Amino acid sequence: MLPSRDEWQRVLIERHGEQLQEKLSKAAVAVCGLGGLGSNIAVSLARVGIGRLILIDFDKVDITNLHRQQYKAVQIGMDKTVALAANLSEIAPYLTVEVHNVKIKKDNMYDLLNNADIICEAFDRAEEKSMLADGIFEMMPDKYLISGSGMAGLGSANLIKTRKVTPHFMICGDESSDISDGMGLMSSRVMLCAAHQAHAVIRIIAGKTDF
Amino acid sequence: MVKVNGELLPVDGKTLAEYLETSSFDIRRIVIERNEEIVPKSAYNDVVLQNGDSIEIVSFVGGG
Repeated sequence: MLPSRDEWQRVLIERHGEQLQEKLSKAAVAVCGLGGLGSNIAVSLARVGIGRLILIDFDKVDITNLHRQQYKAVQIGMDKTVALAANLSEIAPYLTVEVHNVKIKKDNMYDLLNNADIICEAFDRAEEKSMLADGIFEMMPDKYLISGSGMAGLGSANLIKTRKVTPHFMICGDESSDISDGMGLMSSRVMLCAAHQAHAVIRIIAGKTDF
Repeated sequence: MVKVNGELLPVDGKTLAEYLETSSFDIRRIVIERNEEIVPKSAYNDVVLQNGDSIEIVSFVGGG
């Protein structure tokens, strides 16, 4: 039987402390791109008890995604937003999820992201990562942005880091290993980067400023 | 002199856009930090690099 909402919240408070859990429960976090980074970020944040997740992607689940992304074989062909929302509802049934099945561009970015406190960039292409950072800091400079850059290949896990570029902009990854160099993406290393991003979100919500 | 990613370069007086044209940075893949703020791309033509400035140009790599 599904535990009640109150019981769920009580357990989170027991684990995280009342003050922190209250902050986590009030937070709204957007995840831009629901691939290897985004789907893993969303699972981490759902488990920790974030209040609201805004999930944005235009893509469908493909067989080539399953080696690193949080989808199931039976979900091939589904919209990633729908598939991930379904998976998250099994993990964290009282999480509020908002999905947008669109490609993020300069002209829809403000409407999609303005209600989020913190934004995770989880795109594939470097040009899209740059476009998102540019748009956010031009239109919504008070937001926090956590980007992922450099997690391809078989490099050491220890090279994945979180770096503070400005007080509102962190980059997670090794900042060098590029998927276009043909080195592939390992689920473990992508998860490491996603975990850095999710952890940066939690630390910002907790009021930590040292990165 | 202007510090660009830790390296002193004689590019004061140039706009960010002028400097970037002489560099190998791909404008579509970067963000630029100056004084703890991100400079929007729309301002690259207007921001003139001053002697003593320190900027960081972040180049994204693909994969996610």
